Amino acid sequence: MRSDGSPSAPLGLKIAAACGLLFLHLPIFLIFIYAFTTEERSFVWPPPGLTTQWFAVTWNRPDVWQSLSLSVRVAAISTLVALVLGTLCAAAVSRTRFFGRETISLLVILPIALPGIITGIALRSAFSLAEIPFSFWTIVLGHATFCVVVVYNNAVARFRRTSGSMIEASMDLGADGFQTFRHVVLPNIATALLAGGMLAFALSFDEVIVTTFTAGQQQTLPIWMLEELIRPRQRPVTNVVAMVVVLVTLLPILVAYYLTRDGDQIAGSGK
Amino acid sequence: MTSAVSFARVSRHFGSVRAVDVVDLDIAPGEFFAMLGPSGSGKTTCLRLIAGFEQPTSGSISIFGERAEGVPPYRRNVNTVFQDYALFPHLNVLDNVAYGLMVKGVGKPERQKAAEEALSLVRLPGYGARRPSQLSGGQRQRVALARALVNQPKVLLLDEPLGALDLKLRENMQEELKSLQKALGITFVFVTHDQGEALSMADRVAVFNDGKIMQIGTPEDIYQRPKTRFVADFVGSSNVLPPDFVQRYSGQHRWGSLRPESIRIGRAAKGDGVAARLVSTNYLGATTRLALDVDGLRLHAIMPAGAALPKAGEAVVLTFNRDHLHLMDEPA
Repeated sequence: MRSDGSPSAPLGLKIAAACGLLFLHLPIFLIFIYAFTTEERSFVWPPPGLTTQWFAVTWNRPDVWQSLSLSVRVAAISTLVALVLGTLCAAAVSRTRFFGRETISLLVILPIALPGIITGIALRSAFSLAEIPFSFWTIVLGHATFCVVVVYNNAVARFRRTSGSMIEASMDLGADGFQTFRHVVLPNIATALLAGGMLAFALSFDEVIVTTFTAGQQQTLPIWMLEELIRPRQRPVTNVVAMVVVLVTLLPILVAYYLTRDGDQIAGSGK
Repeated sequence: MTSAVSFARVSRHFGSVRAVDVVDLDIAPGEFFAMLGPSGSGKTTCLRLIAGFEQPTSGSISIFGERAEGVPPYRRNVNTVFQDYALFPHLNVLDNVAYGLMVKGVGKPERQKAAEEALSLVRLPGYGARRPSQLSGGQRQRVALARALVNQPKVLLLDEPLGALDLKLRENMQEELKSLQKALGITFVFVTHDQGEALSMADRVAVFNDGKIMQIGTPEDIYQRPKTRFVADFVGSSNVLPPDFVQRYSGQHRWGSLRPESIRIGRAAKGDGVAARLVSTNYLGATTRLALDVDGLRLHAIMPAGAALPKAGEAVVLTFNRDHLHLMDEPA
């Protein structure tokens, strides 16, 4: 209807868009600001004063370090497990045709579609049935269920885009299975694996629901934060940790985003 | 003399599909051999059996006298130029060509020198630093060729290598492949569905249909003396004549074939010949293709451009040299 043909959106739409974005991201800035507040028992707006003392306090709290280290170890091992299993599964599904292929593909993706609470309860009852005591490894197992999906999805998309005859060409030129994997398959799926791995790491790092069902007495960082909110002491420590979590998870996701974006160009140009 | 490639009663079944059905084949060393057939006729499966990507369900394959069953592709002295070229997108052209030597453990300076030479052979010198994505279709094809030839294979397999190229480029590459093969003396086995390509390039042609070889012979054999109705029809769209028709002109009750270019057309009033009606004319540039109706039998004839032609629907008389009427083995 606009006869001037201006590409600019109406003012109302611009304001609405800005409000939407603010609504999404303002709370995160509030968390950052509360990390510097002088009030330690409750969050008061505006903050009565600003201080950086909570960074030092956080640094000296052993429980923070314990849960941080647990979270990093769990995320690292789950990602590693997911990388191996997800890639193998993606290779099988996209490279070969066999009975039940579609079913396997669906079953692999299911854990991310299921609510975390279902996965959690299911794993918990399975562990108690099998009389497996809760440990570091039960957490890893719980996280691996959804980490595999992320890696699988990335790898399967890349496998679909890489020409199948490339592997045959490598074999034809004298490379055995291992050489073909090293010189042809791995370089072609490397960015997809990196992206999938980082996403898996980030997912595992801030996972709460599945973890509450599969962890024993140990606290991963998100669980520790949840507990900390109930306690009225040194509240801003939680906010300092939250800032760290945001940074630790945001950076890999950003890197993964840029890597897969470039990957499209690389894979697309190969034909 | 041992054959370069020898198939003895080779079959390859996929479930109930007989992709290759009891094929016997002997390809001589240094021969330019074409496997011709429509898609799904088993020609590509035969090529993959030689390369080692498929294993025969039954029968035996030998390559230069050595049994090939169970030998993986990477232990065969055979290289393939793939239909989609299958260049490695993450490597530059030089590393692509040098790949075969790299996995065999040839040192870097040596393999790069060999790769440069192979690139010169396919007339792409100095293209080593480029990525496959920066090349045109024809150039990628040459890189794929260089990548195979650098390994000095005993047999080079080509899977529809010219299929993706435009007409002009394809004609150039046909000549180039042929002279390259003559110069190198390597056995070339070439898969194509284009009969013109097979006839112009190959020393011998095997015509495939339904997993079986219909006929093996020189291009002249295949074109002039087809053994079955399928070969006559597939190679050069020959007129297939039923036994009753053939009996009138040769005295023998057998299936026959007659090339479109062997038929002459005259006005109905003039002289003797087969009475026919011109159904339609199809202008093709250098020639004109005529569709004729002889008592319900549809025949095609090809006239050179510029010849005076009757109009569609007119009655005509067609004549042909009876020596050109070829009798086929096909049972009547």
